[in-house]
Amino acid sequence: MERVEQQEPVAGSKGDAIRPPLDIQAHSEQKDYETIGTPFVTDPKMTARNVNVYYGDKQAITTISLDIGRNEVIAMIGPSGCGKSTFLRTLNRMNDIIPICRVEGEFCLDGDDIYADDQDTVLLRARVGMVFQKPNPFPKSIYENVAYGPKIHGLAHSKAELDEIVEDSLRRASLFNEVKDQLDKPGTGLSGGQQQRLCIARAIAVSPEVILMDEPCSALDPIATARIEELIDELKENYTIAIVTHSMQQAARVSQRTAYFHMGKLIEVGDTKQIFTMPKHELTENYITGRFG
Amino acid sequence: METTTVFLVLVLLTIISFFMGRKRSHAVTSGLGGARALHSLPKHYGYMAALWALLPALLVLVLWLVFEHGVITRMVLSELPPAVQDMPASQQGLYFNQIVSYAHGATDASMLDETQVLAAQHYRFYDSTSRSIKALLVFLVALAGAILALRQIRPALRARNHVEGILKWMLFGCSFLAVLTTLGIVMSVLFEAIRFFQAIPIADFLFGLEWSPQMAIRADQVAASGSFGFVPLLVGTLLISAVAMVIAVPVGLMSAIYLSEYATRRFRAVTKPVLEILAGVPTVVYGFFAALTVAPFIRGLGESIGLHVASESALAAGLVMGIMIIPFVMSLSDDIINAVPDTLREASLGMGATMNETIRKVLLPAALPGIVGGILLAVSRAIGETMIVVMAAGLSAKLTINPLEAVTTITVQIVTLLVGDQEFDNPKTLAAFALGLVLFFVTLLLNVIALYVVRKYREQYE
Amino acid sequence: MSKQTSNKATAAIRASLKKRYARERRFQWYGRLAVLTGFVFLFILLADIVGKGWPAFTQHYIEVSVNLDPEVLGLPPNATREQMFTADYLGAIKSSLRAMFPEATGRKDKQQLYRLVSIGAEYDLRDRVLKEPQLIGHTSDIWLRAHAEAGSYLKGQVTAETAEADRRVKDQQMGWLDRLRADGRTESRFNTTFFTQGDSREPEMAGIRVALYGSFFTLLVTFAIAFPIGVAAAVYLEEFAPRNRLTDLIEININNLAAVPSIVFGLLGLAVFINFFELPRSAPVVGGIVLSLMTLPTIIITSRAAIQAVSPSIRQAALGVGASKLQTVVHHVLPVAMPGILTGSIIGMAQALGESAPLLMIGMVAFIMDVPAGVTDPATVLPVQIYLWADSPERGFTEKTSAAIMVLMGFLILMNALAVYLRKRFEMK
Repeated sequence: MERVEQQEPVAGSKGDAIRPPLDIQAHSEQKDYETIGTPFVTDPKMTARNVNVYYGDKQAITTISLDIGRNEVIAMIGPSGCGKSTFLRTLNRMNDIIPICRVEGEFCLDGDDIYADDQDTVLLRARVGMVFQKPNPFPKSIYENVAYGPKIHGLAHSKAELDEIVEDSLRRASLFNEVKDQLDKPGTGLSGGQQQRLCIARAIAVSPEVILMDEPCSALDPIATARIEELIDELKENYTIAIVTHSMQQAARVSQRTAYFHMGKLIEVGDTKQIFTMPKHELTENYITGRFG
Repeated sequence: METTTVFLVLVLLTIISFFMGRKRSHAVTSGLGGARALHSLPKHYGYMAALWALLPALLVLVLWLVFEHGVITRMVLSELPPAVQDMPASQQGLYFNQIVSYAHGATDASMLDETQVLAAQHYRFYDSTSRSIKALLVFLVALAGAILALRQIRPALRARNHVEGILKWMLFGCSFLAVLTTLGIVMSVLFEAIRFFQAIPIADFLFGLEWSPQMAIRADQVAASGSFGFVPLLVGTLLISAVAMVIAVPVGLMSAIYLSEYATRRFRAVTKPVLEILAGVPTVVYGFFAALTVAPFIRGLGESIGLHVASESALAAGLVMGIMIIPFVMSLSDDIINAVPDTLREASLGMGATMNETIRKVLLPAALPGIVGGILLAVSRAIGETMIVVMAAGLSAKLTINPLEAVTTITVQIVTLLVGDQEFDNPKTLAAFALGLVLFFVTLLLNVIALYVVRKYREQYE
Repeated sequence: MSKQTSNKATAAIRASLKKRYARERRFQWYGRLAVLTGFVFLFILLADIVGKGWPAFTQHYIEVSVNLDPEVLGLPPNATREQMFTADYLGAIKSSLRAMFPEATGRKDKQQLYRLVSIGAEYDLRDRVLKEPQLIGHTSDIWLRAHAEAGSYLKGQVTAETAEADRRVKDQQMGWLDRLRADGRTESRFNTTFFTQGDSREPEMAGIRVALYGSFFTLLVTFAIAFPIGVAAAVYLEEFAPRNRLTDLIEININNLAAVPSIVFGLLGLAVFINFFELPRSAPVVGGIVLSLMTLPTIIITSRAAIQAVSPSIRQAALGVGASKLQTVVHHVLPVAMPGILTGSIIGMAQALGESAPLLMIGMVAFIMDVPAGVTDPATVLPVQIYLWADSPERGFTEKTSAAIMVLMGFLILMNALAVYLRKRFEMK
C-alpha cells in the first residue's frame, strides 16, 4: 500500500506533461516507462504491482501496475501480442499451467496475496472465474456443464440445491429461457452465442467474485455479441469484470475504465470516455484512431 | 539357359536399347538443326526404347517362371499310365517327386521303375525345351519392343511424356500391390477354408465345443466326434487377451496421462523412449521370457499359497502379452489425450478444478471414444499375437475362463497344425486356414471399427 | 447478496480442499506407479535375459593328457592324411580319461567320465592333430572342450546343493571336475563356437552362424523388394494419385495391412509362394518376400510422412523452372525426404528382423547345420533359432537362447540407433 501512495501522485501529475516519442521501436526498448493516467483506484478489488511475465527468455509483460475496482468493468485493449491476455491470465494464475511461463510482481485479491505460497489456486480460480475467447463448453449436457463447478467444489448438498444453482446461473447468464426444455442436450449443440453464455453461466455457478473475460465475443456474430454485452452490463451489479477485447467499440460500450496495452507495457489507463475522446499518449491515440491494430 | 543369365542378357539388351534410342534421336534430327528440334531431351528417347525393350520381356519372363513348373508337371503326369494317374494325390506326389529328383540327377535309377525313368527323360526334355523357349521368347520380345520403340522416334514424338506416363503406371502398380496383398490373403485363406468346410460343416466349426484335431488323422472319427469346434479356441484367445488388457490398459493409460499432464518435459523426454523399448522387443523374446521366467514364477507363487497353477497358464502368457502392449496403449492414449483441445483443459482448470478432476471428469470423458478405439486396436493386436502364446500357452483346448489353467489360442493352433510336413487334402491342415480366415476377419473388423471410431473422434475436435 | 453467496461458497470450497488435494496426490501417485511398473517390467526382462545369456559367451575347456599312441588311434606307421582324418580320436580321448581317473571302472562310471568332455572334442582333437602330426606317438596335455553339463558346474550354475536326482551333473563328476580345477586343468575361454557354428544337438557345439546368414539373406530380399516398392507407392500416393475411389481403396488397404496379424502373412506365403508358385521351402527368398509384404505398409506410411514434410516451396520452385512433376519428385523432393524415408525403412527392417511367426509357416523352422550360400538355400533366422532353442530342455540351450536374444537385441538397438541418428539429422535441417 505504501508504494501506491508514492506512485499515484507521480503518475497523476506527470501524466499530462509527458509526450513520449512516437517511435514505437524506441519506445519498446526503453527500460523504464511510466503509465499515463490512473492505474490505481481507492477501493480496489484486485491489485497488481510491478508485474513482469516471461515465456522462457522472452519478456511478455514489462513492469505493469494496475488496479481493478470493485464492481467495475475494466476493458483491456491493444494490438495483438501486446500482453493484455497474458496479464488477464495472471489474475487467476492460469499462467501456472504453462511450464515455461514465469510471473513476477505482487497481486492481491481483497488484500490477499494471490501468489503467496499458501494461496490455493483451486480456491483462487473459484473466486476469480474466467471466460475464454472461443466458447468451450464441455462435451456434456447443458445441465452437466453448469453443474460441473458446483459439483467439484462441493457447493450443493442435494439434487434440489444443485438444480437451483444451475437454474439461477443460467438465468443470470440470460440463457435459461432458451434452453430450459433441453437441459439434457449436449452443450456443444448450441449456437456460438448460446455456447458462450453457457460458459458464462458455468463460471457464475461457482459464485466467483471476479470474472475475467478473454475476448469473449471474438468468435461470435454481431447479434450474439450484443447479447453478451447486455449480459456484461447486467452482471456488473454483482461481479467485478475484467474484459480483454479486440474491439474498441465493445470496450467503449461495456466498460467504465479502459487500459491500453502496447508491446507488453501498460501505456495508458483511465476513464473509458476520456481514453476514447482525449487519449493522452500518442500510441493510444494512434490505436483508437485506427492507425494500427 | 539359366534364368539368371536370361535376366542379365535382358538387362544388357535394355542398356543397348537406351543408347540406340538416344543415337536415333540424334539421327532423325541431323538435318533439322540437331537436338534442339527434338520435343524432349535425347536421353528421354533412350529411356523410352529401354523401357519398351525391358518391360514386356520382363513380364514374359516372370509369367513363364510362374507357370513353367506347373505346366511341365501336368504334361509329364498326363503321359503316365492310368494306374499312376488314379493314385491318391499324396502318393502321386511322392511318385512324381522321385521322377523329378532322378531327372535332376539327385538320385540314381535303382529306386525307380521303368515308367518313371521314361517319364524322367520326358521331364528332362520338357525342362530343357522350356528353358530354350523361355530364353528365345524373352529375347524376341525385348528386340521387338526395342525396334518398335526405335521406329516411332521422330522429332515431334513427346518421349518425355511417354516415359513419364509409363513410370507413373509403374508407381501406381507399386501402390496397388497393397490391394493385391489383401486380395492374396483373402484368396489364400478363403479357398483352403472352403475346402475345409466341405469336410467339416461350418456350424460344427463355429459352435462346436471341442477341439482336438489330432483325432482327424483317422478319417472315420472326424465327423462323428466333431473335434473341430472353434469355441474353446476363441474363449482361450479372449481369455489371454483379457489378461493382457487388464495389465496393459491401466498401466498404459495412466502412464500416458502422467507423462502428458503431469511430468516435466525432461522427465517425459527420458521416460517415453525407454518405455517404448518394450515395443521394440521381438515377440519371440517375450515368449521366451513368459515360458521360462514368468510361468514358473507364477506357478511357484500360486503353489506357495496353495493354488494349483498350470505350468502353461493363461495368466503367464497374458501377463507378458500385456507388458508387450503397454507402450502401444500408451502412445495411442497419448495421441488421443493430446487431441482433446486445450480450451477444455483451461475451462476446467480456470474454474478451480484440480488436475485430476479435470482429467477424470473432462478429459477422459471427452477422449473416451478415441480411447475405446485405441483399446480395440490393442485387442486386435493381442488376438493376432503368435509367438508369446506359441511358446507360453498350452496346446490342448480347454473350455475355461480360469486364467490359472492352460488354454490354447487360434494362433497357437495355426502354428501347431502347419509346422512340419503337411498334406493339403487333410482337414487337419485345412483347419489352420479356416482359423486363419476367422483370425483375419476378426482382426480386420476390430481394426476397421477402431480406425472409424478414432477418425470420428478426431474430426470432432478439428 | 452476491457477496454473501460468494463468502459461503469460499468457505465450502475451503472445507473441501484437503480431501481434494489428497485425491490429487493419490492420482499423481497412480501415474508414477504406472510409469514405474513399465520400467520395472523392462528392467526384469532385460536383467533376466542378460543374466541367463551372459555365461553363454564363455566356454570351459578341460586339459587332458591325451595319449596319441598310433595303436590307440588305429593308425599304421606313416599314416596318410585320409587315415589320420578317420582315426579313432574318441577312443584316444576315452582311454586318456580312464588313465587320468582310474577309479572309474563300472560301465556307468565310465559313461559319466566320458561325459565330461564334449562330443565335439573329438573333432577339435582331429583338427589339432592334422595341423601338428608330430603329436602322434606322444602323450601331451591338450585342452578339450568341456561338455555343456560339466561347463554349467564349472560356471557355478549348478551346485552340489541341488539334490543329485534333480541335476544332470552327478556327484562323481563334480568330484572329478573339482580335482581338475584344483590341478589348474580347467579354463574358461571366449566362446567363438557360438558365432562360427550352425545349429547342433549339443549345446556346447551350437552356434548362430546359420541363423545370422539366414537373417542377413532374408533381410536382403526384404529390403530389395520393400524399399523400392514402398518408396514408389508413397511417391504415387503423395504426388500423383488422383482423389478417387481407387486411391481410397489403396489407402484403406495399406492401413489395414499394417494391422493384420503377422501370422496371416505366413499363411499367404504358404498358400501362394510355397503351394501355388512352388518356391522352395525354408528359403530366405520366400521369407524375404513374405516379410517385405509385411513391412511394406510401415515403409509406405513413414515415407509418405517424410514426403509430406518436404516444403511445397521446393516443388513450386522446380515446377516453376519447367521441370515435369516426375523430375521435380526425383530431383528435388526425394533427396530432401530421403533421411525420413530411410528412418522409416530401417524401423521396418528392424521389425522384419525380429519377426518369426510368418517364417514358421513357410518352413524356416528347420534344424540346419550348413551355412546357406544364397537366398534359395535352406536357412533359419535368428528369432526362429531362438524359438527352436527355447524349446530345448537342456540348461545349455537356455543359456544359448538368451545369448542369441542378446545378439538379436544388439542388432535391433544398432538399427534403431541409426534410425534415431538419421531422424536427428533430418530434424536439424
